[in-house]
Amino acid sequence: MKFTKLLASAAVALGLASAAAADTTKVGFIYVGPVGDGGWTYEHDQGRLAVEEAFGDKVETFYQENVPEGADAERAITQMALQGADLIFTTSFGYMDPTINVAKKFPNVKFEHATGYKTADNVSVYSARFYEGRAVQGHIAGKMTKTNTVGYIASFPIPEVIRGINSAYIHAKRVNPDVEFKIIWVYTWFDPAKEADAAKALIEQGADVVLQHTDSTAPQAAAQEAGNVITFGQASDMGEYGPMPRVSSIIDNWAPYYVARTQAVMDGTWSTVNTWDGIDTGMVEIGEISDVVPADVKAEALAMVKALGDGSYHAFTGPINKQDGSAWLAEGETADDGTLAGMSFYVEGIVGDIPN
Amino acid sequence: MITLEKRPQPSQFWSLFTPVLAVIITMIVGGLLFGALGKNPFEAIRTIFYDPLFGDFASYSRPQLLVKGGPLILIAIGLSLGFRAGIWNIGAEGQYIVGAICGAGAGLAFYPIESIFIFPIMVICGAIGGMLWALIPALLKVKFGTNEILVSLMLVYVAEQLLASMALGLLKNPEGFGFPGSRNLNDYPSASSWINEGFGLHWGIAAAFIAVIFAHVLLSRHIMGFNIKLTGEAPKAARFGGVNPTRLVIFCMCASGALAGLAGLFEVSGPSGQISIDFNVGYGFTAIIVAFLGRLHPIGILLAGLLMALTYIGGELAQLTLGLPSAAIQVFQGMLLFFLLALDLLTNFRIKFAVKGAA
Repeated sequence: MKFTKLLASAAVALGLASAAAADTTKVGFIYVGPVGDGGWTYEHDQGRLAVEEAFGDKVETFYQENVPEGADAERAITQMALQGADLIFTTSFGYMDPTINVAKKFPNVKFEHATGYKTADNVSVYSARFYEGRAVQGHIAGKMTKTNTVGYIASFPIPEVIRGINSAYIHAKRVNPDVEFKIIWVYTWFDPAKEADAAKALIEQGADVVLQHTDSTAPQAAAQEAGNVITFGQASDMGEYGPMPRVSSIIDNWAPYYVARTQAVMDGTWSTVNTWDGIDTGMVEIGEISDVVPADVKAEALAMVKALGDGSYHAFTGPINKQDGSAWLAEGETADDGTLAGMSFYVEGIVGDIPN
Repeated sequence: MITLEKRPQPSQFWSLFTPVLAVIITMIVGGLLFGALGKNPFEAIRTIFYDPLFGDFASYSRPQLLVKGGPLILIAIGLSLGFRAGIWNIGAEGQYIVGAICGAGAGLAFYPIESIFIFPIMVICGAIGGMLWALIPALLKVKFGTNEILVSLMLVYVAEQLLASMALGLLKNPEGFGFPGSRNLNDYPSASSWINEGFGLHWGIAAAFIAVIFAHVLLSRHIMGFNIKLTGEAPKAARFGGVNPTRLVIFCMCASGALAGLAGLFEVSGPSGQISIDFNVGYGFTAIIVAFLGRLHPIGILLAGLLMALTYIGGELAQLTLGLPSAAIQVFQGMLLFFLLALDLLTNFRIKFAVKGAA
């Protein structure tokens, strides 16, 4: 096709141009939210800044924020490749097909797609085992809730989100058999108004713990207003809301990965990988547990963090049944990555259906 | 002292000139804004308005103008018919979504059969889907006198829920590992609306141009066009003249719904490729701006749609190359509508610099 040829020749021309331009490696980032969201996108941008810091003049980074997932993403990624990027990180699930499409047209550019599952010769995927952090949250939530009601602001019913709900629920239930989860689906990654509404609705329904799988700090603010409701920082520490309502957090630390992949492109050693790291490599960090959490609960939580980190404990360890009561994991059995990656069912005890 | 004097007739000159003036003022004030953000204002304006057309990678971004502008023009043309008659369909976004769902659903029902009849069937289904969605506020208006602005707007949110349900359920890709979203129609040749991707040409662009021509002929030559304009300018005269308001409401709503539905269908089978939860990105709302920017005139809308697309593509470029925050670009686009509406004053009023005491 003509178009492919045109782009390929443009890419080749650029390749030559950038080779001549004193070996600067250009690294691009596509963000789903604004860099100031204080959560998901903020942490990716911290990773970008870490790349700049690590390589100084040898690297040039640029980004585009608030890129809608869909047709616009494809153009944004293409523009970035045309501008001479050597490596492009696309940092949201919805960029999967656009990333693959653009990667076909720019065989010399390397692409890294976060949280997806489609790879190619020049497309790697990477994600973090956030569910390990969810296990810790679930434990603290189960211990701390007085109303036995935990609210959960869920974004999209994709495996990553369902996995988090299951992990949090399993560990809350283990320490508090009476615990109940109320889940609200907001169908957005970042929408402070919707997230705040969801948090308020959950609190009105009696939730005194609110977990979120969305990127803004609006639920934290809603919990703060309500008073005795606790929350956890999502994607970023959200430490400005501590010690109450934010009692701990899951922090996505992308910096080491971004630096390593940039280095690989510079060295010419970049190859397609499927990275799924957790607490062990530091890609998932547990933010400081505040003093609102009783000392014994804090100690248990820290012990769990340690066990998850050194591999002596897996967040999905049997016996666990599926929601319909059928057996999933036998006593002592741990979940395999394939099942986790495509998880589309609730575990036993969660009330409600996954929307479809 | 400055006073305003209502013109007996809206000024023809200002009606044509205000959009141009609004663009110029937006450039100046936007430039100041970019300057305040520490960027070179001239470079920013050049990046937004010049680079997508004649910059280094214009061979890529020029076709993208069509891709981005096509649906805006198609929807805005439909909306302008109603707006001219004082019928306010604000819910084009919902009709766009339903058109996409119906069209894509029709195509996917045939998967994986290849046939040249599939795409035309999808087009028809897309148009009907959008039309039926617009028919709801139309019927409620003519039967119960409800406000079409509110009903059509609220139906957008219903459509969004329907979209989510389709992406997660009925239309979900069976080979998608449980992830939401339909099959990608770009991988299904019979259902693809691309004519030539390199030139940014898909059937939606062709349809947009055809719609411009049809709307122009309708408004200037056909009795329906005359009735529309008459109803908008002099509703009483229209009623005495035998215009049936019920028929007019139904016609305008259905026409705008069908065109919005078509835009959705062409988008889903072309640039977007799949039904996903966040398939819609606001074309239906932006088209309202485009319709007014184009003075509700078909040719004007064509130009306005391309201009709007230019600010989108150029805005993205400015983010990339200059590091402008995306919020600044949105403010810039908002200014355009703001100045246009503000300057509309000149169309209907005359500014008089009265001598002191003489008034």
